[in-house]
Amino acid sequence: MRNFISKSIALGLLLLPSHLLAAGEQGGMVIVADSRNLTGLTAWWVNIYNESHFYFALLTVVTIPLAGAILGGIADLVMSRTGIDLRSRSLREN
Amino acid sequence: MSWLYVLLPIAGVHVWWPGLVILGLCVGVIGGFFGMGGAWMVTPALNVLGLPMAFAIGTDITHMAGKSLISTMRHAKFGNVDYKLSLIMVFGTVGGLEIGARNIMWLERIGKIDLYVRCGYLVLLTAIAWLVFSDVLKRQKKDRAARAAGRTVDHLTTGIEWYKTLQQIRIPPVVNFPRAGIRCSLWLPVGVAFFTGWLAGVLGIGGGLIRMPSLIYLIGCPTHIAVGTDLFEIAVSGLYGAATYSYKGRVELWAAFIMLIGAAVGAQIGAVATKYVKGYGIRIFFGWAVIGCDISILMKIIAATRPSLKTVLDLSATILILGLVTLLSLVIVLKFVMGVREELALKRAEVMVA
Repeated sequence: MRNFISKSIALGLLLLPSHLLAAGEQGGMVIVADSRNLTGLTAWWVNIYNESHFYFALLTVVTIPLAGAILGGIADLVMSRTGIDLRSRSLREN
Repeated sequence: MSWLYVLLPIAGVHVWWPGLVILGLCVGVIGGFFGMGGAWMVTPALNVLGLPMAFAIGTDITHMAGKSLISTMRHAKFGNVDYKLSLIMVFGTVGGLEIGARNIMWLERIGKIDLYVRCGYLVLLTAIAWLVFSDVLKRQKKDRAARAAGRTVDHLTTGIEWYKTLQQIRIPPVVNFPRAGIRCSLWLPVGVAFFTGWLAGVLGIGGGLIRMPSLIYLIGCPTHIAVGTDLFEIAVSGLYGAATYSYKGRVELWAAFIMLIGAAVGAQIGAVATKYVKGYGIRIFFGWAVIGCDISILMKIIAATRPSLKTVLDLSATILILGLVTLLSLVIVLKFVMGVREELALKRAEVMVA
């Protein structure tokens, strides 16, 4: 697991310049989300979107792998309760 | 029944959230099993659920990053991920994607981009389907010939062996990939990644559908390693796509989160199911998925040239894709359940004997 995390971080750092490059120009059309009837977390999130797409992108890039890792960890825990061997694969063929 | 609908605040639409969970679950199963992101399945499905197309694409790519990470974590524990190969291929993929995206801008300027892209996609998918099934037939032929001679073929035998020729091209530096069991020039994976990245950039897709068979047929990865290695690359390139689309304001993160809940379960099931299916079994399933995708693209091409049939064909293409997603995930779940039952029964029998 530690190996996997360190490899992922290395790859993330490697791609950081590409991320900035890929962000490039924004499309000509500007979309503004309607936050007038929203409250709490949703309102905060929509306000970030309206104020800065850069911070919005940054938060998206941080939260998605984090959510994936947490949900994956939980699902992993549930799967390990089934009693099957989750460490090896006996089928070794092409 | 309003509680079954969730407001996606940025796109400003109300969406049936169980649909998002089910979609995440199904695509998680398929992605974890085949080692692909599944953009060709998710984007039209999100569009059907009510997301505008631009948001459907951005949200799909964003959720793909999280989902592929979950599948990679599971595949890594089975030893199915070759990190070294994946890291090297990322350079080629990113370079290819950028050039492909620039080529698309040029195609946009000369017009008819949709038709060119769809025709290119159609040709490519037909070629992949042909490749997969001719490989399966060749392998079966080898099996039959060996049986007739009273022998059994080695379990690592493959039908199409283009990779053997490509691996002979030893332009320095030559690199070892112990996990995948390959020794080849560094330029082979970089070149293949560049080519598949370029194709993905030109066609506007994630690339797993092209990279997975390329890892098998051009580089020589065993099927299971190809699945795991490809997923790691999809997780990274998915993040790259998420950054681009969210910066352009076309990501609905709430929808991506809801889909991830289903995908977390689905990705585990799909990845564990590979434990119970032989490499060639995975290739055959993959071939059928490609054929389904191929037919849906063909329908869209005909719809674009025959306006009178547009509504019927567009609807048929969507139904075909959703039907295929459901069918494939059901078959994979079935394989998973049967495999788990068999393994547990075997364990119980071992305990009884002891």
